[in-house]
Amino acid sequence: MKTQLSKEDLLKAYRKMREIREFEDRLHKEFATGTVPGFVHLYSGEEAVATGVCEHLNDLDRIASTHRGHGHCIAKGVDIMGMMAEIYGKKTGTCGGKGGSMHIADLDKGMLGANGIVGAGPPLIAGAALASKLRKDGSVGVVFFGDGASNQGTNFESMNMAVTLDLPMIFVLENNGYAESTSPNYSAKVGTGNIADRARGFGMPAVTVDGNDFFAVYEAAGEAIERARKGGGPTYIECKTMRYFGHFEGDAQTYRPKNEVKEARVNDCPLNRFVAAVTSEGLVDAAELEAIDKDVLALVEKSVQEAKAAPQPDLADLMTGVYVSY
Amino acid sequence: MARKIMFKDAINEAMRLEMERDESVFLIGLDVAGGAGTATLDKERDSWGGVLGVSKGLYPLFPDRVIDAPISESAYIGAAVGASACGMRAIGELMFSDFMGVCFDQLYNQAAKFRYMFGGTAVTPVTIRTMIGAGFSAAAQHSQSPYSMFAHVPGLKCIIPSNPYDAKGLLAASIQDDDPCVFFEHKALYTMKGEVPEEHYVIPLGKANVVREGNDVTIVALGRMVQFAEKAAKKLAKDGIECTIIDPRTISPMDWDAIYSSVEKTGRLVVVDESYDVCGVASDVVGHVTQDVFGALKAAPQMVTAPFVPTPFAANLEAAYLPDPAKIEAAVRKTIQAKCAATVA
Ligand SMILES: Cc1ncc(C[n+]2csc(CCOP(=O)(O)OP(=O)(O)O)c2C)c(N)n1
Ligand SMILES: [Mg+2]
Repeated sequence: MKTQLSKEDLLKAYRKMREIREFEDRLHKEFATGTVPGFVHLYSGEEAVATGVCEHLNDLDRIASTHRGHGHCIAKGVDIMGMMAEIYGKKTGTCGGKGGSMHIADLDKGMLGANGIVGAGPPLIAGAALASKLRKDGSVGVVFFGDGASNQGTNFESMNMAVTLDLPMIFVLENNGYAESTSPNYSAKVGTGNIADRARGFGMPAVTVDGNDFFAVYEAAGEAIERARKGGGPTYIECKTMRYFGHFEGDAQTYRPKNEVKEARVNDCPLNRFVAAVTSEGLVDAAELEAIDKDVLALVEKSVQEAKAAPQPDLADLMTGVYVSY
Repeated sequence: MARKIMFKDAINEAMRLEMERDESVFLIGLDVAGGAGTATLDKERDSWGGVLGVSKGLYPLFPDRVIDAPISESAYIGAAVGASACGMRAIGELMFSDFMGVCFDQLYNQAAKFRYMFGGTAVTPVTIRTMIGAGFSAAAQHSQSPYSMFAHVPGLKCIIPSNPYDAKGLLAASIQDDDPCVFFEHKALYTMKGEVPEEHYVIPLGKANVVREGNDVTIVALGRMVQFAEKAAKKLAKDGIECTIIDPRTISPMDWDAIYSSVEKTGRLVVVDESYDVCGVASDVVGHVTQDVFGALKAAPQMVTAPFVPTPFAANLEAAYLPDPAKIEAAVRKTIQAKCAATVA
């Protein structure tokens, strides 16, 4: 394996992936105790996608996320303590408890929000990219969306517009094999099996990569983002990956083969693959990674304890923040 | 006594009976069978039967007429409209009414207007089923009750059942109706149990249900709010305040006769709606009553609605946001205490 990443970069990327995994696995456990409110969609298993892309981005670059947004938030640098408090609906949350899991946003970090509407992201990021182009600030827009969302008209229209206006925009398709219970084999029948081939038809470069391989995602994203920053227009990256939990917490997953996740966790886990790659080449010591694991465990533990103990929003907050002025 | 079943099973039964009676009826929506394209879907069993299991069991009975759609609301809700304009009788399931924005043109510019624009020739017997309602910590994009936006459009009929019996009869009527119908299902009602006859029946669209009769105040309540109004009315009855509760069941057409004749009797009106009082059903009812039966009013009509903000996520904020029996009770008492300017002068 060849990588230009420094040891520091590798450790940083690993920390992000571990944070996402720990955050999501912990939420899965907490949800089972009945203490987590609302609809919760977890990102475990897909860590390499958000991390491999966001490691190239800075706070001026904008991303739009999905209902399965925690991983994108963490990868983009949103504060974990605030995120956990938001998911618990607390005043100390990223959005003051008004948004919850599906609407975590941090505009200062260029994170335009998780989103409850499937397919809402592409036009928004076309707009972010258009703003960047008009301002000439060199920033890019990245939209994450699923295989299900790839069927939304907004996606097709945005692909066409990104090409038409030559926008600095990256489409990142997280093809995890399911949209709720529906397979893309049924709902996104692209002859080759690669949904990215649709994008080629619109006239933009498109690649399909192993989304559980951090380095493959990192490389494809790096190329696309560099091209976009230089005025080379949009790119479409399809990342093949897998979600480890149900569509939402509480999903009995009757549509899924029994061993699918079990086997993937053993053979194709993005974190394990990262660890194997960097340690086998002596790029990083296993001990350093273990130290990160411990750190992250403590951080997530603290985030849950503090979120649980935090106050609810004030009742007066109900009526604030609808308009700037009214 | 009829058997008791859940609201969602009543909806399921209405769809099954209509599909049995009429081969032109079909259901299209996201995961309405479930598991499409996976090894788990076979003609013997569905996988999900809809995200909350409302269409469970229909796929094995009608494998060609229970159709999973790609996540392309504009296309599949539009296709339900188009197929219905071509001799079919589609049921399009728009999972959450909040997603209306993705497909609204197909309903409000297409389905709603065909008949009028085409000089009264078109028939578009489509039914759109869709979830409404807050109370689940589902936040601003999965909790709305935007039926007034549909009711604002001439050409659409809007149906809001409040109990299992009505759900079955009104859905059957909607499917059989030759006009485009939008059928709003409150997610908090899905597990509500009630008596539902096994056989086929319809409840005519445009006929309100008088849930309770009393001489002091008329409460008009929609959907889940009917239960809350009943709670408030029971409490008020202990203090000798007797309420009539009218459940319009459909807001377009609206049964004005039922509302007016009750207000003429009671002279007082409280409208309870989980949605907003800005350009909403509550303000509409108050406006019509004030215009048409003003002389009967003994007090200013009251609206109990959600405040004009998106649905908040945090549980305490959401509880404060929603109308509840206590708010209804307070509004009723206000009409009892107040004197209408008209009668004072
Ligand atoms: C417009 C719209 N339609 C439907 C839904 C309901 N819904 C939420 S997530 C989802 C599946 C999305 O699948 P995919 O895009 O593959 O993302 P994944 O869940 O696999 O990450 C659906 C149908 C929605 N939220 N918004
Ligand atoms: Mg998916």
